Amino acid sequence: MLLIYCPYCEEERSELEFRQAGDAHIARPTNMTEMTDEDFEAFFFLRDNVKGLTFERWRHLNGCGRFFNAARDTVSDKFLTTYKAGLPRPDLSTLRPATEATVETYEATESNAK
Amino acid sequence: MADLATRTLPLSGFHGGSGAAALSVASPATRISLRAKPDAVAALSGVLGLSLPTKAKTSASSNGRYALWLGPDEWLVIDENEADLMAAVASGNVLHSATDISHRNTAIIVKGRGAAVAINGGCPQDLSLAAFPVGACSRTVLAKAEIVLLRTAEDTFRVECWRSFSPYVSTLLAEAAEDAGN
Ligand SMILES: [Zn+2]
Repeated sequence: MLLIYCPYCEEERSELEFRQAGDAHIARPTNMTEMTDEDFEAFFFLRDNVKGLTFERWRHLNGCGRFFNAARDTVSDKFLTTYKAGLPRPDLSTLRPATEATVETYEATESNAK
Repeated sequence: MADLATRTLPLSGFHGGSGAAALSVASPATRISLRAKPDAVAALSGVLGLSLPTKAKTSASSNGRYALWLGPDEWLVIDENEADLMAAVASGNVLHSATDISHRNTAIIVKGRGAAVAINGGCPQDLSLAAFPVGACSRTVLAKAEIVLLRTAEDTFRVECWRSFSPYVSTLLAEAAEDAGN
């Protein structure tokens, strides 16, 4: 079970109390009525689905109820940090470990399972 | 003259558990879900007669009335003497949102040396006295149901749940209380 640090409760809680809520830092356009369909589609539907570091919105649904943002690695599922909604992206250089640690992947740990 | 409808508690008559964790239904109480910005907290505290807690996972209590921190601008207020909480907060004359949830919720009291073990049968929170001392409270989960937990004594918890979930919550607690020992 993952433990996720809630920046409002100021402690780690079980993942069972949380819900993922899509990508973070998606700026809502101010000229929505003038946008082309293609531009609106890009804002509304299209996401990068990156492998590795991603910024996501999460909600402490069965806790304080607040939305917050998280930097998470989609390969290892590791949360690098969480921060309150409205704050800018944290500095990546402070999030990444100095030496790249071995990342546990499904392939590495399970593919040779007997 | 028309007959008046009588209201029965969702878990009327329920009791059980084990020697380590006894279960009983809490007495009827009035409850409100209270939302307010920081600048209204002092006035609302004044009319409620207790200090609305502003620190996560803490509660305040006074004469059978409890205020539980649920979120940065959200509290569950419970009054065991069934006082009119809606009128109390309205008299503060400050901007707030209050919803009467007296009958949406019901509560189960879990008491005994195995009380924390029984609740941990479905709740992932650390209920050690260091992490969850007397007076600590939190909205959390009990297996598939949302609950609000309040520790009222070292060996006693109040488990608030929505009335439609109460058969599930009480049955699950009864099972977990058996596992907590006799
Ligand atoms: Zn929280």
